[in-house]
Amino acid sequence: MSDQNDPMAEIRASFFIECEELLEALQDGLSEMDEGSEDPETINVVFRAVHSIKGGAGAFGLEPLVRFAHRYETVLDEVRSGRLSPDHEGQKLFFQAADHLSDLVRACRDDATVPEDQSQALLDQLNGLLGEQEEDTEVTPEEFEPLGLSLDLPDLDALPAPALTTYTIRFKPEAELYETGNEPQMLLRNLGELGEAQVSCDTSALPSLAELSPETPYVAWTIRLQTAAAEPEIREVFEFVEGLCELTISDASDTEESPPAETLPDAPATIALAGPATDPVEPEEAAAPSPDTPRKSGSGAAAKSVVRVDLERIERLVNLVGELVINQAMLSQSLEQAGLSPHSDAMNGLEEFQRLTRDIQDSVMMIRAQPVKSLFQRMSRIVREASAAVGKEVRLVTEGEATEVDKTVIERLADPLTHMIRNAVDHGLENNEARASSGKPSEGTVRLTAAHRSGRVIIEVSDDGSGIDRPRVLKIATEKGLVPPDVQMTEAEIDNLLFMPGFSTAGKVSNLSGRGVGMDVVRTAIQSLGGRINIFSERGKGTTFSISLPLTLAVLDGMVVRVANETLVLPLNVVVETLSLGPGDVQMLRPGAFVVRVRGGFVPLYDLGVILGYRGPLQDHDRGIVLLIALEDGNRAALVIDGIEDQRQVVIKGLDESFYRAPGIAAATILGDGQIALILDPSDVIASAGSIRPKDRALAERMVEHG
Amino acid sequence: MADNTTAKDLELLTFRVADQEYSLDIMSVREICGWTRTTPMPHAPAFMRGVINLRGTVLPVMDLALRLNMQSQKTSDRNVIIVVTLNGTLTGLLVDAVSDIVAISVEDLQTPPEMSSDPQSTVVRALTVIDDRMIRVLDLAAIVPSGTEEVA
Repeated sequence: MSDQNDPMAEIRASFFIECEELLEALQDGLSEMDEGSEDPETINVVFRAVHSIKGGAGAFGLEPLVRFAHRYETVLDEVRSGRLSPDHEGQKLFFQAADHLSDLVRACRDDATVPEDQSQALLDQLNGLLGEQEEDTEVTPEEFEPLGLSLDLPDLDALPAPALTTYTIRFKPEAELYETGNEPQMLLRNLGELGEAQVSCDTSALPSLAELSPETPYVAWTIRLQTAAAEPEIREVFEFVEGLCELTISDASDTEESPPAETLPDAPATIALAGPATDPVEPEEAAAPSPDTPRKSGSGAAAKSVVRVDLERIERLVNLVGELVINQAMLSQSLEQAGLSPHSDAMNGLEEFQRLTRDIQDSVMMIRAQPVKSLFQRMSRIVREASAAVGKEVRLVTEGEATEVDKTVIERLADPLTHMIRNAVDHGLENNEARASSGKPSEGTVRLTAAHRSGRVIIEVSDDGSGIDRPRVLKIATEKGLVPPDVQMTEAEIDNLLFMPGFSTAGKVSNLSGRGVGMDVVRTAIQSLGGRINIFSERGKGTTFSISLPLTLAVLDGMVVRVANETLVLPLNVVVETLSLGPGDVQMLRPGAFVVRVRGGFVPLYDLGVILGYRGPLQDHDRGIVLLIALEDGNRAALVIDGIEDQRQVVIKGLDESFYRAPGIAAATILGDGQIALILDPSDVIASAGSIRPKDRALAERMVEHG
Repeated sequence: MADNTTAKDLELLTFRVADQEYSLDIMSVREICGWTRTTPMPHAPAFMRGVINLRGTVLPVMDLALRLNMQSQKTSDRNVIIVVTLNGTLTGLLVDAVSDIVAISVEDLQTPPEMSSDPQSTVVRALTVIDDRMIRVLDLAAIVPSGTEEVA
């Protein structure tokens, strides 16, 4: 058995991966039910998801998971059969149970301690929905135990089996049974668990190969089952496929041997299904299809063929493509230096090579992209928990769930988003009375949206609460000594105080927030992803936090520029146009602040060399080169540079804090000559230019002296 | 090669910084590479010389002389960068020249005398004497920013 360990671990891993998908389907289904979907398929999907998790968990002997899933499933079955229609509270409980189920799945996966008390509390509540009935189902988990053990104990039927009855079961699947992804083998195996089963397959209806229609079922099974179980238990095995097959169960004492079984000509059709698997490989087959099948039918989407790939392999591919891009840049640089004519074959070939590289890169990035749906679903749980904790009625509205973002981004967004959602529920939304008095519906709305906009992903968290209380924010900031008293600040500047470390507006520390981990952590997390976060708030109407993220963390279309003998890269998509300054184009706004005239408008001018501390301010802007930059907030800015070198794709190399990364420096890249160039985030550069701290300015001056 | 009768269980890489002799445990040294032009990091502390391309990875390089509060020497082609690894992070240390690899036993190390006024005292882990010269053994963790403590 020891050599079986590895494949088992693999199957176990794939079971947990599939659990995630099932849980997602479960969440989807519950949301649909919550929105009042009457479609019977919805509850079926929900039911099947739970059932499959239970089945798989049983195969791996995950006892607590099985127990909880079983009760949950029982309640859902009541709903499915129309005997129970959950009210609002019931729906809430279903969501809670689903959340708990996913907790259990994760606990089992990580071999962590299972939160039993919570299980019990929820089980009690679920029982409450059921009323008094169904107490006897407590025995069911034991049914699953044998399968968990069966992997290494071939003599299970040695268990005491009092009062055996022999049933004859005739089971003929209809086409729909297969279409919905059920597997007769599973059913037969489950029967085998109830006792000693003799299965014979009736292939008499099978036509010749030429006439065979591949989607029509022809075979039926007759099972002689010697078991201690009662008929309802046998029916339970088939409850999944109710109505999808012809099923007759009879006590064998009435009808002796069923005729079809005897007329069978083929010897291999009779298989002994006595409890354990007949060979050690079979559990693989048994475990794998069970969580898999309902997913296919449950998702409802057209069947796409999907390959699961280890993330590491993709990572490797991404890195290789990155190297390819650098290599290609080096190659084109050396070809140019060799003085080849731009119309030579080599140069044409290189151009083709560039195009291909770009295509490969795009395709690789698409592999890594994932819809944000899974992330959003997790947030709906946060909203439920947070709203319950603070006693507010909150509805989460999500939009743009299909928006695809790099997988790494999704993973690293979870924590900041969680925090923002909690904030929105706790601080953003008013309490019920305040809402009522301002004429808003008592149920607050938190909106979570994702969209692609000009080469970036915009994720917004907005609430319809009271908006930012700016005088209060300013007062708290002054009290905490974050800003000097009597300072004049614009609304946007006040809003940005929320991102300062140590700031908290919550009057008192609640369960959810106000514990010192603030929006500054959120902002740091977003910035480390190369993103930005902005606040828009309107008093009485609500607050919106907008996160803007790069599409990929790997490549960038950049404009390579030169400033004070340093090479820098700016994202091409922010550069609106380039200008060559003439006399009188630059006007002084006040000492040290300049504007440039662009077609009748005035745009603030920033000298990159000064901002980055490379050199002192220029005395004369005449004949200087300026990049016109579109900022996130819709404004424009002009950056003074010394020259434009190239436009090309660059591979992003991350810089962490050990590099002393200053604001505005997004990342670095390696140029064709092997030198490193810094990649700038213009919006950040300009934001930091407005508020260069005195310390930094001193440093900048020192650098200037040295250089 | 250092197979003497006494156990030489510690190997040190010795190098010169601002005419002083320092050393590092050789287990923390990944490689030694020649001086190349660094790309300066804006608004970084003065001892942060910038970043270089080490076979496709971006390597931060510190001027060890400035880090130890000594006069920075004029850099030339003869300077070398010692690439060290600390907790999986690579950092380059710019030094004047690498001298030798010596094997000593741990007993030969002496704790530096407590001199709190000396700003270097925290970065020197131990002292030892080799060929009648005093060699300072640097505490790498005190020199290389550990990521969290230096975050603004």
